[in-house]
Amino acid sequence: MNINTTKIISLLFFVFSAFYLYLAYQIQVFTFDENAPFNARTFPIYLGYAGLFFSGLKLILPDPNTIKVEHKNLEYKKTGILILIAIIYGATILKVGYFLTTSLFLFASYYFLGERRWILMFLLSFPFVAAFMYLLHGILDIYLRDPFLQSIGIMG
Amino acid sequence: MIEGILIGLTTALTLQNILMVMVGCFFGTIIGMLPGLGPMTAIALMIPITYGFEPATGLILMAGVYYGAVFGGSTSSILLNAPGVPGTVATSFDGYPMAQQGKAGKALAIAAWSSFAGGTLSAIYLLFMAPSLSKVSLSFRSPDYFALMILGLTAIAAFSSKGQFLKAMMMVVLGLMLASVGQDSLSDITRYTFNNMNLTDGISFVLVVMATFAMSEALTIILKRNDPTSAAKQVSLTELGSIKINKEERTKMYKTIPRSSVIGFLIGVLPGAGATIASFLAYGMERNVVSDEEKEKFGKGSVNGLSAPETANNAACSGSFVPMLTLGIPGSGTTAVMLGALLGFGVQPGPRLYMTNPEIFWSIIMSMYIGMVILLILNLPLIPYIARILAVPKNYLIPLILFFSVTGIYVMSFNNFDIYLMIGIAVVATFLRLYDFPMPPLILAFVLGGLMEENLRRSLLLSNGSWEFLWDRTLTACILATTILIVVWHIYKTFKKKN
Repeated sequence: MNINTTKIISLLFFVFSAFYLYLAYQIQVFTFDENAPFNARTFPIYLGYAGLFFSGLKLILPDPNTIKVEHKNLEYKKTGILILIAIIYGATILKVGYFLTTSLFLFASYYFLGERRWILMFLLSFPFVAAFMYLLHGILDIYLRDPFLQSIGIMG
Repeated sequence: MIEGILIGLTTALTLQNILMVMVGCFFGTIIGMLPGLGPMTAIALMIPITYGFEPATGLILMAGVYYGAVFGGSTSSILLNAPGVPGTVATSFDGYPMAQQGKAGKALAIAAWSSFAGGTLSAIYLLFMAPSLSKVSLSFRSPDYFALMILGLTAIAAFSSKGQFLKAMMMVVLGLMLASVGQDSLSDITRYTFNNMNLTDGISFVLVVMATFAMSEALTIILKRNDPTSAAKQVSLTELGSIKINKEERTKMYKTIPRSSVIGFLIGVLPGAGATIASFLAYGMERNVVSDEEKEKFGKGSVNGLSAPETANNAACSGSFVPMLTLGIPGSGTTAVMLGALLGFGVQPGPRLYMTNPEIFWSIIMSMYIGMVILLILNLPLIPYIARILAVPKNYLIPLILFFSVTGIYVMSFNNFDIYLMIGIAVVATFLRLYDFPMPPLILAFVLGGLMEENLRRSLLLSNGSWEFLWDRTLTACILATTILIVVWHIYKTFKKKN
């Protein structure tokens, strides 16, 4: 059976809207606000119903413009690796510091995307990040937390 | 008034003030190009410097930074699909596809000329109408704002190409849902935070826009790398950097610029509305008035589609000075920062400002025009070089886009959670884009969500829960009638095409 992915997305959105609506009714409001014409849960309730309405329509109505995605042509592996590197980058940036993590993130990303020109890869990671940091931290005076550079005495 | 204009010209044309406009435009452009650092940050960075100057000089510097940052934001929208400020989101709809077709220089030139024209025309409107327009901006009430938001959201019709209306509406709802996360603005009750402190203040605009545009674009490029249908066109550096606009394109711009400047300026005058709604409305309106053939090009690199939001956002920037200078009400976050600086100088904005401090009032208006000229002179020669960013191989460009996206969030919050959230939203957005779910309606709804709820709340409370406020006031009824007309017109056109 050929399943229309757009319909599956619409079904997921329908379920999501139902969950959103359920949570909207759970929003705690002040007692004196309970019967007010508008309180903290009014707008989310409208949104929940709107989500159910539009996704429901999309589910029911025929879809003349079915989108077909050729999954075999898609680079899931490389995209997945890039996302993973970005997650590791996000997890370490505060603890290790901006300079080292960003430089390593860039270097690793170039490598996994198939780049092998080592000198260019190096120039566009470590010195590039250093220059960018100087622009932000040194010239524009925007604070960048960097325990690594602080530990070696480069950053105050 | 002539006397005031002359005073303004004399003040604005001093060597020091011209220098300030130049410095402001230059720094503004650089800061605006960095995702996450919009005009507000740029101006905030300038405040300590401006206190060393006369009030007029300080404000002239800030106005220069403002325009420069808006133009810089357009540059990152066009080249990297990474709009750092809400006002330049609509610029990316046609600017980015145009740049992808190897016409990055042309796209930047169209943006520069449209910004210039929008700014020039709005400076003229400001010159003659500023004092009287303040009354117009005061006449807007909550129901009118709510109706205006609805009108803004119907601009999504512009993005819902054949059979995509429901998908666009689902994205609108999703955008509004994302905007509802965090503390309720009036009662401070937290919603959809799941007891996570990081969500108490809501999700930031930069995070959502970076995730749905820049990051998801980068992931899509990698994902579709081997897809034969999305093979990149090889273009020369000369073609990439060419800023030549041909006669046909100029003719299109001549028609688009005047109407978009009027929309932009009028929306800019309304406190709270600002450049975002202006640019989206101008884009939507433009799509409604062009020929069917041109309409098909929207979203694929249309000249009208690029020129309209660029004209409107710059016109709105000028317009937002009206409520700030004449009423003391900032029209946007950026003008709020400028208002703070103005009060710091000991200048009290109000309807009599142009009588009590004509040198400040008129010199700002005059320097806006001078700022436009300088911005154009500074940026046009640089476009061929800036456009070459796109010549950087994808293996380098994609990680750099990801790096700028993460940095934009990192400098804002110093928070791991925001980075994870951005990656999560980007993954979902990439998947949705694969199946042609449009992202612009989501962004517009996210930007308008808070304002929309606020104005609906006021309207319903004032009318004691009755929805009669929608037709009680003539202005509200007129705006809603326009909205209905647009929707009906679209449905009629769709049926006409089918038959």
